[in-house]
Amino acid sequence: MLRYIALKVGRALFVVWAAFTLTFVLLFVLPANPVDLLFDPAEINTVPPEVREQVAANYGFNKPVSLQYLDRLGHALVGDFGNSVQSGRPVTTAILGVLPSTLVLAAGALVLALLIAFVIALVATATRHTWVRNLVEALPSAAVSVPVFLSGILILQVFSFRLGWFPAFGDDGLASLVLPLITLAIPVAGPIAQLLVRSFGTEFHSGYVTTSWAKGATRGRIIIGDVFRNASLPALTIAGITFGNLIAGSVITETVFARRGIGRMTQNAINTLDVPLVQGIVVLVAVSFALINLIVDLIYPLLDPRLRATLAAPGAPAA
Amino acid sequence: MTTELDTLAPPRPSATIRSATATGRRVTARAALRRVGELAQQPTLVIAWAIVLVVIGWAIAPSLFTSYGPYDGDPAASFAPPSAEHWFGTDRLGRDLFARSVYGARTTLTATLLAILIAFGVGTLIGLIAGFAKGTVDTAIMRVIDVFLAIPGLLLAMVVVSVLGYSTHNIALAVGISSIASFARVMRAEVFTVLTQDYVKAAYGLGVSRLGVLARHVVPNSLSSVIALAALEVGAAVLAVASLGFLGYGAPPPQPEWGLLVAEGRDYVAVHPWTSILPGAALAVVVIAAHRISTSFRKGQRR
Amino acid sequence: MTETAPDDSTAAADPLLRISDITIEYRTGRRRWTPAVRGVSLHVEPGEFVSLVGESGSGKTTLVQGALGLLPAAARIRAGTIAYSGVDVTGWNDRRLALVRGNYVGFIPQDPNTALNPVKKIGQQVIEAVRFNQPRSNKAAQYREAALSSLRTAGLTDPERVFQQYPHELSGGMKQRALIAIALAGQPKIIIADEPTSALDVTVQKVILDHLIRLQDDLGIGILLVTHDLGVALDRSDRLLVMRDGEVVEQGPVRQVLTQPANDYTRRLLDAAPARHHGRLEPATGVRTVAADAPVALRAHALTKTYQLRGRRPHRELRALDAADLLVRAGTTHAIVGESGAGKSTLASILVGFTTADHGTVQVGDRELTSLRHTQLRELRRDLQFVFQNPFTSLDPRFPVSRIIAEPLHAFRLLPGKQQRRARVVELLRSVALDESYLDRLPSQLSGGQRQRVAIARALALNPRILVLDEAVSALDVSVQAQILQLLVDLQAELGLSYVFVTHDLGVVRLIADDVTVMQDGVVVETGEVEQVFHAPQHAYTRQLLAAMPGTRLAADAR
Repeated sequence: MLRYIALKVGRALFVVWAAFTLTFVLLFVLPANPVDLLFDPAEINTVPPEVREQVAANYGFNKPVSLQYLDRLGHALVGDFGNSVQSGRPVTTAILGVLPSTLVLAAGALVLALLIAFVIALVATATRHTWVRNLVEALPSAAVSVPVFLSGILILQVFSFRLGWFPAFGDDGLASLVLPLITLAIPVAGPIAQLLVRSFGTEFHSGYVTTSWAKGATRGRIIIGDVFRNASLPALTIAGITFGNLIAGSVITETVFARRGIGRMTQNAINTLDVPLVQGIVVLVAVSFALINLIVDLIYPLLDPRLRATLAAPGAPAA
Repeated sequence: MTTELDTLAPPRPSATIRSATATGRRVTARAALRRVGELAQQPTLVIAWAIVLVVIGWAIAPSLFTSYGPYDGDPAASFAPPSAEHWFGTDRLGRDLFARSVYGARTTLTATLLAILIAFGVGTLIGLIAGFAKGTVDTAIMRVIDVFLAIPGLLLAMVVVSVLGYSTHNIALAVGISSIASFARVMRAEVFTVLTQDYVKAAYGLGVSRLGVLARHVVPNSLSSVIALAALEVGAAVLAVASLGFLGYGAPPPQPEWGLLVAEGRDYVAVHPWTSILPGAALAVVVIAAHRISTSFRKGQRR
Repeated sequence: MTETAPDDSTAAADPLLRISDITIEYRTGRRRWTPAVRGVSLHVEPGEFVSLVGESGSGKTTLVQGALGLLPAAARIRAGTIAYSGVDVTGWNDRRLALVRGNYVGFIPQDPNTALNPVKKIGQQVIEAVRFNQPRSNKAAQYREAALSSLRTAGLTDPERVFQQYPHELSGGMKQRALIAIALAGQPKIIIADEPTSALDVTVQKVILDHLIRLQDDLGIGILLVTHDLGVALDRSDRLLVMRDGEVVEQGPVRQVLTQPANDYTRRLLDAAPARHHGRLEPATGVRTVAADAPVALRAHALTKTYQLRGRRPHRELRALDAADLLVRAGTTHAIVGESGAGKSTLASILVGFTTADHGTVQVGDRELTSLRHTQLRELRRDLQFVFQNPFTSLDPRFPVSRIIAEPLHAFRLLPGKQQRRARVVELLRSVALDESYLDRLPSQLSGGQRQRVAIARALALNPRILVLDEAVSALDVSVQAQILQLLVDLQAELGLSYVFVTHDLGVVRLIADDVTVMQDGVVVETGEVEQVFHAPQHAYTRQLLAAMPGTRLAADAR
């Protein structure tokens, strides 16, 4: 068991380190003249050479690449990704400033998405009518097909401009959270629902369900008592994909609804080529991803007795 | 001894004398007929194919589908609502939005095709190497793949585009690079499955060399899953390309591109909703159609 | 009719289960239905043991699913009725049928490995079976007591322990007992068992079937056993039905079916059953003689193979093979027999070089296989070929038959001319009693028996001297199995082949082998000539295996 944990933690640390290195190569090594990235493209020709020298020295660009790398890595280890070019504030402070607002949005959307996905899977499994099942099963693939920016604009158009139920933009109060939440939940729910519909379907036709029918169980009891837990476990395996969808979705959602948050900050950072900020964000995302996968890896055995046995007990028959 | 053995042979169809090649051809012809028959039983699939073919037509010969040019503005007719004359209405400069959508198909679909080719080619090769080599090589490749999976596709694509510069080709490259990991993973898993099959073991047992087994059995049998994934990824890639276009990392403004069209209309959506919603809806319909087709691929493969 | 389970007090004269003239069809197209069961009638009386025998595709499982109301969505009952103790339940919905299932009819499924919920403890699963069928009653403690007693009745010696365990912690036989406990928990009047032992070893099968008989005697319940194994059915039932292509072709008391089968198919089945024969199959060309001093074709000495079990601390080892010896005489068949985990497949796989042994040597003729390098090993393949258990996975699904059989010729660059190669492939096809009309077919267009013929033809392509056959007939129906065995015997007589024949089925050993090696837990426990081992087994385990062989009545009748 301890070996298992150590292996998984090691893997998570590797992913984070590699993400840092990848962004370093992409952002600091590949560009022919990284100093230029630090200035506004419009003003780049008006900058006097001494200033450029000065800035290059500040950012350490005049040192050999390997030294720069070690220097940045050392600082990153203690959470220092340098200062944002745009605002001059430390990257970490800037990120932490907008993080809560994105966390609220993402967490809320995730809960809503899970709710939608489970309802779809349960209805598809429980119904006896083929047409209901076909209809419900078409929803997830529609959810992943409609681009987030389109669904965002549609929702905005209907519920804000037409009906006037919710504010269109901004981030004050609960009311302004509702529309972004729904917009973000739709694409996140799609893949989860697709997976759940499939696994509920497979489990519903498995051998132990036949045993339960033969015991005299009713359809409802079988779905809740037998199928639910076995069919829900696989949803954990796409936690990483779900996380990616949440991040990508929040970039667009925050842009459409003009909300503060990591997504919008990312877009701004890319637009203004705020290299240190971009690196900080990518590493933060990689850390979150690694953490989520680590948690999934660690709790999966708790939920599945078979896996627990192969990890823990010497003496279980399964080899 | 054959004569004695004939008595033991299982019952056969009466017309066994027919030449072997004729049987083969008949079988394929019948299979093709059956496929058409199955298709007719799935109206949604027929519609999906029709949509995709029409949109490919848009990309190849846009002028056949609309009489307006994508840049022809008529300031007098700005913000005209959808009508028989302007199916999708017009924008701020009085340009026909249907025409812009039709011409935009080329930009978006070319980028998508390029992205899928990159992801498919590189991803499949990496997955094949990892799956076939196993051991240390596999572990090393998979750890690198892990890293690419750890950074969400859109974010990675944004970073790549920011380094390469804004353009449709760079978007294609970025989307392609960010999808390599999933192709590699599926291919590797497929190769592993095929390698455990008895017929692969049998081939080794018959004296077929490692490379022979790889080329004759492993690659053809594992590719089918990856092709099904490619069909699925087409939809996702269209979305990714359009999303990056929407965020403004693709073609510069006067050019028609689906994501950009939606972004351009966004500022006027409160008053003139069609400017954004109709080009966006066209995009969504194409992606839904691509999904429908990819599902039929996966089902056919399972059979 | 009220929504109550059938009550036998009002219908004492009716059988426990009566299926009348039932037709079940599957949807095969938009408006097309294909019947899987056609006009079948059967009945089970109280205390009666009835067997339903049929090969794959006979519709026996569909019939049972129909009787329990568990047909898949694509199937429907077109005509006929199902009645439990005189109460017609045809067309009842799930909610009403739930009152019959468990309460009135218990079901023992086919594969115990998938039939239990993997994330629930056994105790809970049995308690559910009790609770569903006594909804209004009592407290948790009483449910628990009933579940424990049910586990005890099912023959589990330590029910308290099993109660706390998860399915994966139990052996196959124990899982099947747990499932019997579940079937018994509702105190049914009749138990339907669908191939309850086909996934289990033969010694475990015997214990489980003996226990079913005991339940029938002790509890007076009726049993309907569905099986593909005529020997099993004849040994234990009172009455027998034989199904083929969705119809019942033969039925009657066991003795009658055994001595005077009315139907031709039943007669063929009886003849195909290994237990019916008490000697080796003879080739079609005439009686075969093996010289007592035949040269040695293959010799294995002290083969040992140990697998490290991963992810465990302290590291555990699995000794799959422990100092196994084997000697195959040229032109003879040497059977390796044992139950699952005996190490027989590991041994076979080492013989052909798929697996390397930790210690020991294999000699083919005068060459030593275990020390060969890759290229030499490849050269040796020409003498030593392998046939797999499952013909559905051993042929590449994308290759037509002609390419499959030509693959070894291609690999060794033999017969480069297109015409020559094709002629050789046709010749090989004919030698396994297929003709050139099969050349362009894909494996998916062949039956199981035909596929195995193609696999044998492929193995013969290089003119090998030794064939290693790993459970080569186990996946086939009895009648097909008999054809393939006869083919093997004929080929041996014609080409002078030596066979190493790995199997779990002692009946097959008697049909085809000259010598036999019995294995248990990686160790060779007994080896010798078949006649000698069968008539005077030296080892206790061999005796146990022989005693568990189904088909006692068949064998007795044949003598």
